[in-house]
Amino acid sequence: MNTAAKTIRITYREAIKQAIREAMQRDPRVFVMGEDVGRYGGCYAVTMGLLEEFGPERIRDTPLSESAFVGAGIGAAMGGMRPIVEIMTVNFSLLALDQIVNNAATILHMSGGQINIPLVIRMTTGAGRQLAAQHSHSLEGWYSHIPGIRVLTPATLEDARGMLWTALQCPDPVLIFEHGTLYNMEGDLAADAGAIEIDKAAIRRSGKDASLITYGGTLHKALKAAEELSAAGIDAEVIDLRTLRPLDTAAILDSVTRTHRAVIIDEGWRSGSISAEISARIMEGAFYELDAPVARVCSAEVPMPYAKHLEDAALPSVPAIISAVRGMVGENG
Amino acid sequence: MAEFRMPALGADMEAGTIVEWLVKPGDKVKRGDIIAVVDTEKATIEVEVFEAGLIQSIVVPAGEKVPIGTVLASIATDDEAAPALAPRPPSPAKPPEIVRPAFQPIVPAPPIIERPPSTMPPVTRGRLRVSPLAMRVALDLGVDLSKVKGTGPDGAITKSDVERAAKSVPPPPPPAAPSVKADKAGGPSQPVMTADERHVAMRKVIAAAMVRSKHEIPHYYLGTPIDMSHSMGWLQAENLRRPVAQRLLYSVLLLKAAAVAIRDVPEMNGFWIDGAFKPGEAVHVGVAIALRQGGLIAPALHDVDKKSLDEIMANLRDLVNRVRAGTLRSSEIADATITVTSLGERGVESVFGVIYPPQVAIVGFGKIAERPWAVDGLVGARPVVAASLAADHRVSDGHRGALFLAAIDRLLQEPEKL
Repeated sequence: MNTAAKTIRITYREAIKQAIREAMQRDPRVFVMGEDVGRYGGCYAVTMGLLEEFGPERIRDTPLSESAFVGAGIGAAMGGMRPIVEIMTVNFSLLALDQIVNNAATILHMSGGQINIPLVIRMTTGAGRQLAAQHSHSLEGWYSHIPGIRVLTPATLEDARGMLWTALQCPDPVLIFEHGTLYNMEGDLAADAGAIEIDKAAIRRSGKDASLITYGGTLHKALKAAEELSAAGIDAEVIDLRTLRPLDTAAILDSVTRTHRAVIIDEGWRSGSISAEISARIMEGAFYELDAPVARVCSAEVPMPYAKHLEDAALPSVPAIISAVRGMVGENG
Repeated sequence: MAEFRMPALGADMEAGTIVEWLVKPGDKVKRGDIIAVVDTEKATIEVEVFEAGLIQSIVVPAGEKVPIGTVLASIATDDEAAPALAPRPPSPAKPPEIVRPAFQPIVPAPPIIERPPSTMPPVTRGRLRVSPLAMRVALDLGVDLSKVKGTGPDGAITKSDVERAAKSVPPPPPPAAPSVKADKAGGPSQPVMTADERHVAMRKVIAAAMVRSKHEIPHYYLGTPIDMSHSMGWLQAENLRRPVAQRLLYSVLLLKAAAVAIRDVPEMNGFWIDGAFKPGEAVHVGVAIALRQGGLIAPALHDVDKKSLDEIMANLRDLVNRVRAGTLRSSEIADATITVTSLGERGVESVFGVIYPPQVAIVGFGKIAERPWAVDGLVGARPVVAASLAADHRVSDGHRGALFLAAIDRLLQEPEKL
């Protein structure tokens, strides 16, 4: 793992901070605003130290009004700035839904193509930290329903480090969903890591027996499940979608065409979810490649519980993924 | 640019489902090549192309059901230089072949010839649990899914189950038809109907055709016993000196005699279309063949009047096998100009058929049995067959019909000349 000189040891949180810092240094139009991003250093400490480095003009604490500061971000983007707006969690983003869906996503269309909204909104998503129904839901699949915005779900250090700059170059609104369990994830990252494309899904593990299709926080559960399955002689491929809108349908179909079996792992609720969309696309595009019905591992359809054992039970788990794969591979191994 | 359209594979067919494409864009085809498999209510038919050239594009993908006349594919014919990318104005459409007769449901009848079950049973497609991939692979490998044990989710048959089955069972012999290699890119094959559904649909088609026939066609009926002693004697002697595999069935004599007799009375051969008789350009005899699961099909033997008895025998054997295997060709389904049916092997003395519209005549043969027969004032036992004719009175009269049966009689007295 150590190719020493070329890599640095870094956390997901720090990788995002480096990405923000680089963007601020490269482009004077970039600034950060959100609740507690300045003096407190960010609710998840992503922006810690940036106020001191860049000053209050560019690291702006906002009042507790998601609708107001997302709307301000839209206005700033229209005015030529490149705002990075942080919303504390996806649950709170619903207070800004009007700004995101009715304004940010539609102004380009409603202005007849005259006005772009080059806005980036970062927010935390997902469960696993006993933050209960107030802070733990996974609504990125909802946002991926909306034309006019891009939805990114960085799940690796490379993507945490590289997606932001590319998102800022996008002339339209981009939502970046950072899974709350990933901030402390530590690993080796190339010292010269930088901007990375945001259009394509990635094969995080190659396999021939089944495709585990996932993104964000559940990527690592899928990888762990694939490891355990390989010990049982089942060779699973793991697809990291990376971007939920637009979906890289070609990559999904390509993988299923090779493995003939698909399990979608999504921390969102099953009904009307992005996993449902992926399953539908597999039916539309690769029905005759399927050797088993598409399976899904999603969260239980309840508000996320606080109690640890209940939260664990509600979330997609490694054993649930393994069981889904075994169920479709059958006796043939 | 030619357009390959959904053919009318029967007077009552309104639409067909593309089961499989056997060609892909860029493939070279010549007249007569089988390029697609179409499912109708009655059967799965291999459809031939009438132009030579390059397949330009496939318009209707496998799995879709479209009305007859719908453009299925475009073909750059040989006399065109066809730059693949140059858009072309739509060429005047070749009129779809309609009102060509296809199936000849007469009465739910046994076949003119009983054959042992074909070695290639049709794939059973009931309500088996089969993955889409396994279904496709099974069709590629010719595996009968009803005999495969499923090991997938809830006992579903998976690809590896099919592959295992294909290895353990020797593949069935290839169909007698010149087979074109199925092209995977041409689209997946899929079951279109279950056996039960097909049976119900077939009864509907037969019902529609027979109601139309009895409703529209003023039938007249004639019958005559024919002395078969010369024919049977000649056949016996002929078969004695032939290897078993090359022996002839007496049905071949009947078919040939009926076909040749048309030279004397051509108004038995052809179609009644738009209020007028349209003589057949050749003599393609529809042979009623009963299906084991019920219903029947009367595909055409082509140019029976011009073929030798050996050729007819070989064609008939091939046809019956393919009827059982469900691999008829479109020309066989659409071309018959007259029908011959025989219930003789079921032991009935005679059969008076119902004409299959828009044909204008159907010839029936009962069983050949020993009967008292007077020759030169002496009664002796002779093998006798009751020949019958049901013909369309709009086209011919009883006098002509009588001449036709008489001609058949005359021809059967000189079997060596057939």
